[in-house]
Amino acid sequence: MLNNIHRMDRVLIDLTIAQFRPAKGDLEKTLEDFGLLMSDVLAQTPTSQLVVFPETALTGYFLEGGVREQALPAQEMFDQLNKKYAEISTESVDIAIGFYEVDAGRIYNSSMYARLGPDGGVVHVHRKTFLPTYGVFQEERFVEAGPRIVAFDGPLGRTALLICEEAFHSISGTLAALDGAEIILVLSASPGRGAPPGSGVPANVARWDLLGSGLAAEHGVFVIVSQLVGFEGGKGFAGGSAAYDPFGHRLIAGPLWEEAILPVTLDLDTVTQARTEEPLFSDLERTWTRLLVNSPGAGVGHPDIIRAKTTGASDGGGTA
Amino acid sequence: MTANTIESPLPVDPKTSTWPIPEVAFSHPPNPQDYAALELDLGVVRTWLVEFLFHEIRRRRGFERVVVGLSGGVDSSLTAALCTEALGPKAVSGFLLPYRTSSDASREHALHLAEILGIETRTIEITAAVDGYLDSFEPDASEHRRGNVAARQRMIVLFDQAYKLGALPVGTGNKSERLLGYYTWHADDSPPINPLGDLFKSQVWALARELGVPDEIINKPATADLIQGQTDEGDLGISYTEADLILHHLLSGRSNEGLVEVGFDPPKVELVCERLEQTHWKRHLPTVAMLSATAIGEWYLRPVDY
Repeated sequence: MLNNIHRMDRVLIDLTIAQFRPAKGDLEKTLEDFGLLMSDVLAQTPTSQLVVFPETALTGYFLEGGVREQALPAQEMFDQLNKKYAEISTESVDIAIGFYEVDAGRIYNSSMYARLGPDGGVVHVHRKTFLPTYGVFQEERFVEAGPRIVAFDGPLGRTALLICEEAFHSISGTLAALDGAEIILVLSASPGRGAPPGSGVPANVARWDLLGSGLAAEHGVFVIVSQLVGFEGGKGFAGGSAAYDPFGHRLIAGPLWEEAILPVTLDLDTVTQARTEEPLFSDLERTWTRLLVNSPGAGVGHPDIIRAKTTGASDGGGTA
Repeated sequence: MTANTIESPLPVDPKTSTWPIPEVAFSHPPNPQDYAALELDLGVVRTWLVEFLFHEIRRRRGFERVVVGLSGGVDSSLTAALCTEALGPKAVSGFLLPYRTSSDASREHALHLAEILGIETRTIEITAAVDGYLDSFEPDASEHRRGNVAARQRMIVLFDQAYKLGALPVGTGNKSERLLGYYTWHADDSPPINPLGDLFKSQVWALARELGVPDEIINKPATADLIQGQTDEGDLGISYTEADLILHHLLSGRSNEGLVEVGFDPPKVELVCERLEQTHWKRHLPTVAMLSATAIGEWYLRPVDY
């Protein structure tokens, strides 16, 4: 296990966002590119303890039925990554990376947290729970939904992985934070859409900035958003990866359209600072179970409520 | 906190650490006077399309060169300008493909644009090829049919020249004509990549200005130039700016009745709706009889770049 760097009792984590462009459907070439990028990371940011790649970084995103050919078991995908990494270094380093996973006859859009190196292994696999299936997205048609959102004890601290649309639902960050995550790694493949005048970036990049900043500030956690780049059948993944501190301040912003190595240092003491200055998270911890139990929709799944005209305040009421 | 100081090309505002919030309304409820609904950040779109072209042509398909049919109109001029920005002028070949009825102004505009961009051009007149068929076998063909034959002949030449040069043909069709079905099927829409297909005509005009396409090309009436004196807006019975706004709201989920309620001109809404609804077929590949659970594009689903 890597030792976090202790400076004046502060835990600092050197992390690198790898804004990456896969060779779509070509794992061999993508692994080559992965190796080249990791070589660059080691050369440019040798203190990096964790490299965060985007969603579906090993295959490309829009595969349709091609997920059947591209999905691999997590262990097999890890073995290939670690074999490639062994060609360039014997020093251990952590990665988070997105891939299509097959397990027990089911295919998932997954991300893994793994330690590369001689003492390496898979630390955690997260399977995407919210599968966008609207407009340009067709995930539910081709992959199955994962069962849960949890945090895990990563080598660098309590960590959670989220994948793309999961971050659009505030419940995802809430569940991760309630499970103890102080670092939330969001792996994303966000096809560019919208360019309102004066925006300077595609509309989805601006939306991601609000999401990342909001998620970080709401729970007092670090949020790292790693975005895919490249074009797939006319859909352009715009990039704009970013990292946010627990106050919601953006620490770094990646370029648009290009691959990039984005180093950032996280000072875990900032979590304490943010949570004491604005104790939203402890308020949440104290209150959420009560809210959930008293919520009319709790446990019902998809409550089949027909909205009736109400005559007054409904704070104390259940469903009519 | 150790904030990193790596240079980012994104416009990071250190005071707020968010991208600057533009002082424009993002939400445009339907309003027949509110053409701002169609406005774009042209700098963003320009880079986006240049990146798209570079990626599709060089990186993914491995082509060094492209061919573009230059009509002298704004669509092909903008397409050529974007290709030149993406690949450099030496990689772009412009083809003028006039028929005997094509206007001299079209030719002059195309040559002027090529000169500005510094791209090579070649003129291949299609009159003999088109008339060879029509005069021999179909002398009574209507102007409309002649126009379709000319449009298809242009693509025969463009694809053949692309093959000869080891280049990729780039299409020039815009979103307005695609939605209105105002093009010849399997002609204008046949090149394998198209940078303008998600831009309304009025957005094409704006982007063309951004890229420095000459005003004489942008400001002249749009024409397919298949028939003498023809203009798009004359054929369609509505201006592009009006049609674009109606199309924008229809595609955003508004009903035609809803648009009329807020003041859009009923006959124009009806005209646009009708064209849109009658031309869905034109925006698809041919209808194939499905016989199996492995029918291509129905069951066997693989993306275009897989």
